[in-house]
Amino acid sequence: MTTTPLLTVRNLNVTYPGDDGDVRAVRNVSFTLGRERLGIVGESGSGKSTTGRAIMGLVGHPGRIDADELRLGDTDLRALSESGFRKLRGKRIAMVLQDPKYSLDPVMSVGEQIAETHRSHLRSTRRDARRAALEMLQAVHIRDPERVYTMYPHQVSGGMGQRVMIAMMLIAGPDILIADEPTSALDVTVQTQVLAIMDELVRSRGMGLLLISHNLHLVSSFCDRVLVMYAGQVLETCAAAKLSEATHPYTRGLLAALPQLGHRRAELPQLQRDPAWMADLA
Amino acid sequence: MITLSDVTITYGTGPRAVVAVHNLTLAIPEGQAVGLVGESGSGKSTVLRAVAGLIPYASGEITLAGQRVDRRRTTAQRKMAQMVFQDPYGSLHPNQTVDQILALPVAIHRLDRGEARIVQALAEVGLGPEYRYRYPHQLSGGQRQRVAIARALILEPRILLLDEPTSALDVSVQAEILNLLARLRRDHGLTLLMVSHDLAVIAHLCESIGVMSRGQLVEATTATAMANNQVTDDYTRELLRSNAGFDRSSGIAVDNLDVATE
Repeated sequence: MTTTPLLTVRNLNVTYPGDDGDVRAVRNVSFTLGRERLGIVGESGSGKSTTGRAIMGLVGHPGRIDADELRLGDTDLRALSESGFRKLRGKRIAMVLQDPKYSLDPVMSVGEQIAETHRSHLRSTRRDARRAALEMLQAVHIRDPERVYTMYPHQVSGGMGQRVMIAMMLIAGPDILIADEPTSALDVTVQTQVLAIMDELVRSRGMGLLLISHNLHLVSSFCDRVLVMYAGQVLETCAAAKLSEATHPYTRGLLAALPQLGHRRAELPQLQRDPAWMADLA
Repeated sequence: MITLSDVTITYGTGPRAVVAVHNLTLAIPEGQAVGLVGESGSGKSTVLRAVAGLIPYASGEITLAGQRVDRRRTTAQRKMAQMVFQDPYGSLHPNQTVDQILALPVAIHRLDRGEARIVQALAEVGLGPEYRYRYPHQLSGGQRQRVAIARALILEPRILLLDEPTSALDVSVQAEILNLLARLRRDHGLTLLMVSHDLAVIAHLCESIGVMSRGQLVEATTATAMANNQVTDDYTRELLRSNAGFDRSSGIAVDNLDVATE
């Protein structure tokens, strides 16, 4: 962990107005991200994706964001306008979403999409952008970049599509990559490849990675640190390698509920939700 | 209870036909649970759909309880094997109440005591009578999957076909559904054929495991052998490795399609 965090989040709240009063999707979430791999785990509705979207400035009306501190390096994200965010997204902070089928433009070749990111953020010429895109495709271990450059999203497999996404996200050299369930739509054998490529690039470029996932195994084996979220709050933070020694009953309950190969139980312990977990933590 | 001998399943006809499953042979004795694992496109769901009678098969033979079955089946044959689908958000009619959803199979099969059957089926999957007149959108993912299971059970099948029954659910809900399936299997002496990409889920519920790749059964083994790493096929090994999570020391795996060697 480094001394100057790439990202500082202090008391982040995201609220959506609802018919029965406000829904607090994220409550008082605080963390810092250095040049490391930080994981956020939680079940659906725990606020993990909303946290990622809030950092990207992607919580739209009528959702509200407030925080005591939300800083990317020396930029205060709270004061940033929409056009300010637009300059930032892709350039300094990038996001990879779950399914490349839906996050790539279906009517533009994948190479052009990557080159477009380069052109718009670095104001480069078409030729430079093309060269950079081809290099980036190489960097994500695509064997024949020239051929893949001209392919359309429907012609590439899920794993290749996700590598194209990663290439596109990293081409402008961001400091932070937010990966929201980047491998959930992929086969397990492809998952590890995509993760390995992401790991290699993020490390060699000294970036910070925020990995959002519901998969405890994956997060604990891939990340350095893990935040466990429940009902919008961070219940527990621990070193990823020590997730199995987590102390919070929710984390313990989740771990116990996972079926394990080689440890067969007649019945899986079911998670007993304690209403106290819903209460605001100090 | 279920046998497949030399079954080949194709999609399309003529020169453009795609062979989805190639000469598959599998036998499942009564009361056994068999799981099929493999990646997308390996043909595992296709096998399940053919056993359910949703799609025809090109050659070979499928038998259920000793009778040869095809896509055209008698009511009794249909009643015998029921299926639960992956996505409970898509497999329940959004404009029908739970009651209507459960009443339909009873009506089709002209069963008596419809009322009692519905109440009983709901109770078996752990849903109280208060859920009977709700619509699917008023239910959580886990509750919807329970309704889907109740719909399959209401016909008192001897075979339950499960296509990724928990992959759309959270870990804690997955545990509840897996426990429910294990209990129902015990109580009713069901024969299970389940498909999943999650090895741990399969190994939890099934004692026998078939590994599929590119339309073929590459390895037939048991959950115990799998857990002890006693596998012979390369693809199975890779599956086991991936299942263990991310291994930083292993470097980038090479696939022969589009990843360059380092």
